[in-house]
Amino acid sequence: MKVIEVKNLVKRFGSFTAVDHISFDVEKGEIFGFLGANGAGKTTAMRMLCGLSKPTSGNGMVAGIDITRNPEQVKKNIGYMSQKFSLYNDLKVWENIRLFAGIYGMDDHEITLKTDELLHRLNFSGERETLVKSLPLGWKQKLAFSVSIFHHPKIVFLDEPTGGVDPVTRRQFWELIYEAAASGITVFVTTHYMDEAEYCDRVSIMVDGRIDALDSPGNLKSHFGAADMDGVFHQLARKATRKAD
Amino acid sequence: MKQFTTFVKKEFYHIFRDKRTMMILLGIPVIQIILFGFAITTEVKNSRIAVYDPSKDEATRTIIERLDNSRYFDVAVYMDHPSETDNIFKDGSISMAVIFSEGFMENLMHTGHAQVLLLTDATEANTATAITNYATAIIGDYQQELLLLQKIPFRIIPEIKLLYNPQMKGAYNFVPGVLGMILMLICALMTSIAIVREKETGTMEVLLVSPMKPIFIILAKAVPYFLISCINLTTVLVLSVFVLDVPVAGSLWWLILVSLLFIFVSLSLGLLISTVTNTQLAAMLVAGMMFILPVVLLSGMMFPVENMPDVLQWLSNIVPAKWYIIMMKSLMIKGAGISSVLREVIILTIMAVFIIALSLKNFKNRLE
Repeated sequence: MKVIEVKNLVKRFGSFTAVDHISFDVEKGEIFGFLGANGAGKTTAMRMLCGLSKPTSGNGMVAGIDITRNPEQVKKNIGYMSQKFSLYNDLKVWENIRLFAGIYGMDDHEITLKTDELLHRLNFSGERETLVKSLPLGWKQKLAFSVSIFHHPKIVFLDEPTGGVDPVTRRQFWELIYEAAASGITVFVTTHYMDEAEYCDRVSIMVDGRIDALDSPGNLKSHFGAADMDGVFHQLARKATRKAD
Repeated sequence: MKQFTTFVKKEFYHIFRDKRTMMILLGIPVIQIILFGFAITTEVKNSRIAVYDPSKDEATRTIIERLDNSRYFDVAVYMDHPSETDNIFKDGSISMAVIFSEGFMENLMHTGHAQVLLLTDATEANTATAITNYATAIIGDYQQELLLLQKIPFRIIPEIKLLYNPQMKGAYNFVPGVLGMILMLICALMTSIAIVREKETGTMEVLLVSPMKPIFIILAKAVPYFLISCINLTTVLVLSVFVLDVPVAGSLWWLILVSLLFIFVSLSLGLLISTVTNTQLAAMLVAGMMFILPVVLLSGMMFPVENMPDVLQWLSNIVPAKWYIIMMKSLMIKGAGISSVLREVIILTIMAVFIIALSLKNFKNRLE
């Protein structure tokens, strides 16, 4: 089953074409890596998929909903975590969970049950009443991710979720992503770290607003004759004419 | 609705967790009222004066005594020579020097006029004007009495009235001004900072991706500051009635209603600021420079608008606080009815509609 279907999606700002006819599909439960240099159009594409920005032309279906006609409906079915830390520092751990669960319309009883379960699973039970600002960065990221999939969305969009986190924590973070994918949540992730690209089921690489490559990391490496994803990325990025912003 | 209340609750957490800011927000009205009511007063009391009296006769002694006994002056220095004045002023402790001519009483009796020189330190222009007026009045009073007593035709001395009504309390004028400033501060400044903070930390992005309607995000932000404004309104009114003895002469309900209108205008200004700025610092500068400073300078709170150059008078018309202060002065101090401030009510309503429309348009554009 396809949870994201994109056909010829275009976004223009004036005469500048930020996203230039991109087309791709993402399967349910897949971990889809969305790569590209700064300014390649990743963020713009992702904003359209999240219902934040209207496409200039083309079609996009996210969780079976048309992103042009029904962006508000899209928002109910997705989770989102940004590169900037997306929890409230001056709220306690459980207050953050409750706030976001409430925003997604979960009822109190369900929230209470799932909060206990989540804190237990993350080994956070002792930190329930802790203000988020006093948690270490790695913990915060894990909590932020858990909060973004707390309402069990069909798809979670992760915008460079591991920025500034050490490799060990990054590894732990990816274990959470695998768990989420195994539970049926599709993961759509952008990243700067090429080692993370290797963890994805499939990877697309954007250059100058177009998708220049889309395949599994293994296939991409053999196709481009590169030893790792870093090599693939550089071969493609070299062709870019657009300056990073 | 549940989304909304969850969100409002979160806004209250933000405010309650930041104890220092909350104390400041709730303490501001108390501090301002006390400062303006007791410390910053336009009345002159117990100014220290220096006296040079070469004739030492009945007239000069009586005048000096009367100056000293009045609540405005304390005779602090008796000079031996008029040339000492310069040094005394440079010390800075003396605000006026009274220098009598020689043979004051004699001149007065024989020629019908005598001279006294009042020297003031005009670096404090307002104070200087005030104390010369007080002093001339005291001297004038004495001359009038002499006229009556002696039944001798003196040269007619123009009667001098006190330009300042000594009974006029400064409080009457500043209470509406302080209210205008505080409400502007809390509604416009704090609301815009609270919204922009979410942009800065990145949480706004997460909220916008959520099914929460953007307009609810903004409304929820405004709720706590609206409540704090109401608390502050109450504090200021209670303090001015019970501490400063400024009565609420008009209808309390209209007063509150008019204040709510102004709070609404200020909140929409806060929203407008948040749509044009991206950092808390920028929001603070815009709010402070463009909205709070004009409240102090152009609203008539401290300086009368009528005395300003035309350009500034015209400019003062777009300061919402000006209209609010006019209304409050009428309703609170003059005890006028709502019909007398109808024009101001209409102006503020139009401003509110205009600002809300503008900021909602801006806000939508931002989302695109």
